[in-house]
Amino acid sequence: MGNWDFGVTLTLLGMGGTLFSLWLLTLVMGLMKRLFPAPPPAGPDQGGQGA
Amino acid sequence: MSESLLGALWSLLAGFQALGPGQAVMILAGGLLIYLGVAKGYEPLLLLPIGFGAILTNLPLTGLMEPGGLLRFFYDHGVLTEVFPCLIFVGIGAMTDFGPLLHRPSILLLGAAGQFGIFLTLLMALALGFTQLEAVAVGIIGACDGPTAIYVTSKYAPHLLGPVSVAAYSYMSLVPLVQPPIMRALTTRRERAIVMKTSRQAVSRPVRVLFPIVVTVVTCLIAPKGAPLMGMIMLGNLLRESGVVGRLAASAENEIPNVVTLLLGISIGATMQAGQFLRPATLLVLGLGLLAIILDTVMGLLFGKLMCLLSRGAINPLIGAAGISAYPMAARVAQVEGMKHNKRNYLLMHAMGANTGGQIGSVMAAGIMLSLLEGLGLGR
Repeated sequence: MGNWDFGVTLTLLGMGGTLFSLWLLTLVMGLMKRLFPAPPPAGPDQGGQGA
Repeated sequence: MSESLLGALWSLLAGFQALGPGQAVMILAGGLLIYLGVAKGYEPLLLLPIGFGAILTNLPLTGLMEPGGLLRFFYDHGVLTEVFPCLIFVGIGAMTDFGPLLHRPSILLLGAAGQFGIFLTLLMALALGFTQLEAVAVGIIGACDGPTAIYVTSKYAPHLLGPVSVAAYSYMSLVPLVQPPIMRALTTRRERAIVMKTSRQAVSRPVRVLFPIVVTVVTCLIAPKGAPLMGMIMLGNLLRESGVVGRLAASAENEIPNVVTLLLGISIGATMQAGQFLRPATLLVLGLGLLAIILDTVMGLLFGKLMCLLSRGAINPLIGAAGISAYPMAARVAQVEGMKHNKRNYLLMHAMGANTGGQIGSVMAAGIMLSLLEGLGLGR
């Protein structure tokens, strides 16, 4: 494989592959946050230590 | 008697006689690296042992890098086997809080854009006459991630390990000098002043614990050759986030990276032998390394501008520059630049998100490159 073909192949697939992989991860992270939402922050009257 | 005395005396002077001009230059270069680490504070954890290793390896007749020599032993068993960079990654994973990234997952895309300099520099290196595998090693400086650069270079172009490592670590420390002019040139005052909303919603513990496992599975399915890097960084993070292996997490965060950084640094320094280092190619590697980091910053900022546009001004493009890895300097630079235009603009958390995204992005880009090389029949 010539240098030009090698460079273009690695650049296109490398850039595209990195972008695609991280985009996929953003979807997975969003899904995880939906499946396991954080509990709502406890209000001052929910802690059992009210005045 | 007098002859044997003279012979013994001569043996004490043999080192001076054997010291060539190239070795003297490299001893000075080692001293310069130590100076930069000690006096200027540029990546002292690495530049100090690298500098000292460079001095040691260029002292004649020591045999430290000959078969059986001490530095040769560290190099063969730690660098060539890729064990040291992988162990460093366990430490990086244990030290990294991916919370800001989990707050706003879309910021991870900035971590992809911040790696484009790798590939553009690879093209430049090919155009300048480097072989294909050497170009891969030169391009990977753009990962702005020392262990990744060392891992890839030791695999494909070990003869370039010295210049690539020095470029990777010294330019990372120069990020606060390199990035601000590019940030100001590519963004408007209005863009730099954008205040990003901070989410008050916490990230749940199951998400934090699952994150390293899921990232490992997804990324290693796409790029299996990157598994040693991504697997180790995520193992370190799992130790941290699980909350049940405090001793292991503490070791991963402290003892392991401390010992390995010392051995890695001195081994890298040992590769800076005059005969291998004092060549025109070294200057080209150093120049291309700087170009790689500039291109990373440019692409990160341009992608940040695109995200700013698509989000209707909700994202400050400055955090795009933090997508280059170089953790945590790049995030701090974005914060400082943002505050210059709006004293109440606290970009740090968002920039940290992009910066940790850059860490994942740099490892992912390296993994993809390794897998592509395997596919092209160039894998090792």
